[in-house]
Amino acid sequence: MTGAAPLAEMAGVSVRYRRAGRLSHGLIAIDLQLAANATVAVVGESGCGKSTLGRVLLHLQQPSEGAVRFRGEDLTLLKRAELRRRRRAMQMIFQDPFASLNARMTIGETLAEPLVVHGLARWRDARPRVAAMLERVGLEPGVAARYPHEFSGGQRQRIAIARAVIAEPELVVADEPLSALDMTVQGQIVSLLASLQETLSLTYLFISHDLPLVREFAGRVVVMIAGRIVEDGPPDAVFATPAHPYTKLLVSCVPVPDPAQERARQAAAGNTSTIAAAEAPDHAACPFRSRCPHAMPICATMPPFRHVAPDRQAACWLHESS
Amino acid sequence: MSTHLVDVSGLDVRFGATHAVRDFSLAVAQGESVGLVGESGSGKSAALLALLGLHPEARVQVSARTLRVGGTDLLSATGPQLRDLRGGVAGLIFQDPLAALNPLLTVGAQVSEVLRRHRRLPARAARQEAAALLALVGITDAQARLGHYPHEFSGGMRQRVMIATALAGQPRLLLADEPTTALDVSVQSEIVRLILRLRAERGMGLLWVTHDLALMAGIVDRVVVMYAGRVMETAPVDALYGRPRHPYTQTLLASLPRLDRPHRPRAALPAEATAPGHGAQTGCPFAPRCPRRFSACDTLPPLFTDGATQAACWLLA
Repeated sequence: MTGAAPLAEMAGVSVRYRRAGRLSHGLIAIDLQLAANATVAVVGESGCGKSTLGRVLLHLQQPSEGAVRFRGEDLTLLKRAELRRRRRAMQMIFQDPFASLNARMTIGETLAEPLVVHGLARWRDARPRVAAMLERVGLEPGVAARYPHEFSGGQRQRIAIARAVIAEPELVVADEPLSALDMTVQGQIVSLLASLQETLSLTYLFISHDLPLVREFAGRVVVMIAGRIVEDGPPDAVFATPAHPYTKLLVSCVPVPDPAQERARQAAAGNTSTIAAAEAPDHAACPFRSRCPHAMPICATMPPFRHVAPDRQAACWLHESS
Repeated sequence: MSTHLVDVSGLDVRFGATHAVRDFSLAVAQGESVGLVGESGSGKSAALLALLGLHPEARVQVSARTLRVGGTDLLSATGPQLRDLRGGVAGLIFQDPLAALNPLLTVGAQVSEVLRRHRRLPARAARQEAAALLALVGITDAQARLGHYPHEFSGGMRQRVMIATALAGQPRLLLADEPTTALDVSVQSEIVRLILRLRAERGMGLLWVTHDLALMAGIVDRVVVMYAGRVMETAPVDALYGRPRHPYTQTLLASLPRLDRPHRPRAALPAEATAPGHGAQTGCPFAPRCPRRFSACDTLPPLFTDGATQAACWLLA
């Protein structure tokens, strides 16, 4: 978004699947630039392609077309061995730390493995770095000898985070890293992620469906529906005055812990349906058209993604002056 | 005999060494809606399962002074009485309809099964009524959908099928265990409105178990907050959110990031709950993390009453 070269970038990225002979679209013409040290959140409903976007950005999945660049280098053109060398700089944190940690490895082995794999240490001399990392994420160095099942969900997520950052990556994709955690634990993990970002100069792509959390944690949010990005901007502004009707719908559905406001919201919602109709998607049209209260004939054509403010973009015909 | 739909006092649930629910009390009046809120390990789901006698006797010890649901005494109920209770007196909606529905049976067969079992409808009438129920919960083309299997429905539609199943026995009480947690927010809103509308139309009592304090604000009349197996606070919904009395409730509310206010840093708790289910509780279970802890907290506080609020905290003594 600024003049500096982005750390990571997707240009014209599409992902198509062929299922039972039918073509389906995971991502459509994604352009996204991540500035170094930024936290960019991706929000949208299940199936919108937000997890696919994260996987393609780390080149864990090959796009059908388009370029995925990291520090200016197109990852889709690299040979396997070259790509493996770049992996140290690109890491991932998953939603469920119980599934993402190897149950048969001690915490010490789990944390040492990335160091060994990337040639930063040998098994026998990884211990001090593992101990330092454990302390850094708020755990006793002594836990290195223990196994994942001995820890609570919050502690396990601390371990998964330690594993992701121990080899000092630059880009971390975090896919719903907080949604399995209790509210009082979530706050602690948010502060941990923020402080690691500061000390290690990390760039986060933060995949989430939780708008309040995104507002708390991210400096920028992109909103996805049906494989497309339809809005982009600072979370405060985007959620306060959504430029896209889909963003507005998402915001209107977020409950707030205030009985009077909630009752008013229930009453205002009435019986209008907001649920996507199960129809064959028309990729030439706006993906929100069938649910949109402002739908117009022109919405049969996908609107361009344009600036609606200096730091905000949206793809909606409502913002096109004819 | 009480006229309450749910009348529980002194409920304890133990899984071996884990003491999941401790001295739990709950009353739900006819037509009342109550939210049971807590974090993981708070005992909220274990308490809910005890209300239907669903804990396997061999592995789980359940004891209580009173444990009655819709007039059935669970401490002495026979097998047939329990079966009448489950699905008949109380309809149940789980978090994950894909796990709760039988993947090998059509949804028509599953809704009809309840109608035949609890309302003694003959097969043809049951099928007609099943179609009517699917239509009632907002499934279009209900007659044709009867022949579909659970996997052929989207997550939100599957949850509607489960609601239809829960309603089929014409229960007086709906028990909902995180029924919208797995759903997208826009679908969550619709399911919430559907449950509230059906509850109002049929005058059912509602017990909604969740970790989502924000969601509860617009759904229930009264909230019960649990921690480490115990009730920490219970209050009418406006009092609980407007003037929470227990420091745990205050912490929970302060830890919610929200869209409707300028951002503030969250309340930070010193540590995570350290396996609160284990060992004896001689003091307040929240004391190790409590910002307002003082000497009295070494003794377990009873529930103190202040107006319509009850809270287990010495600050109210």
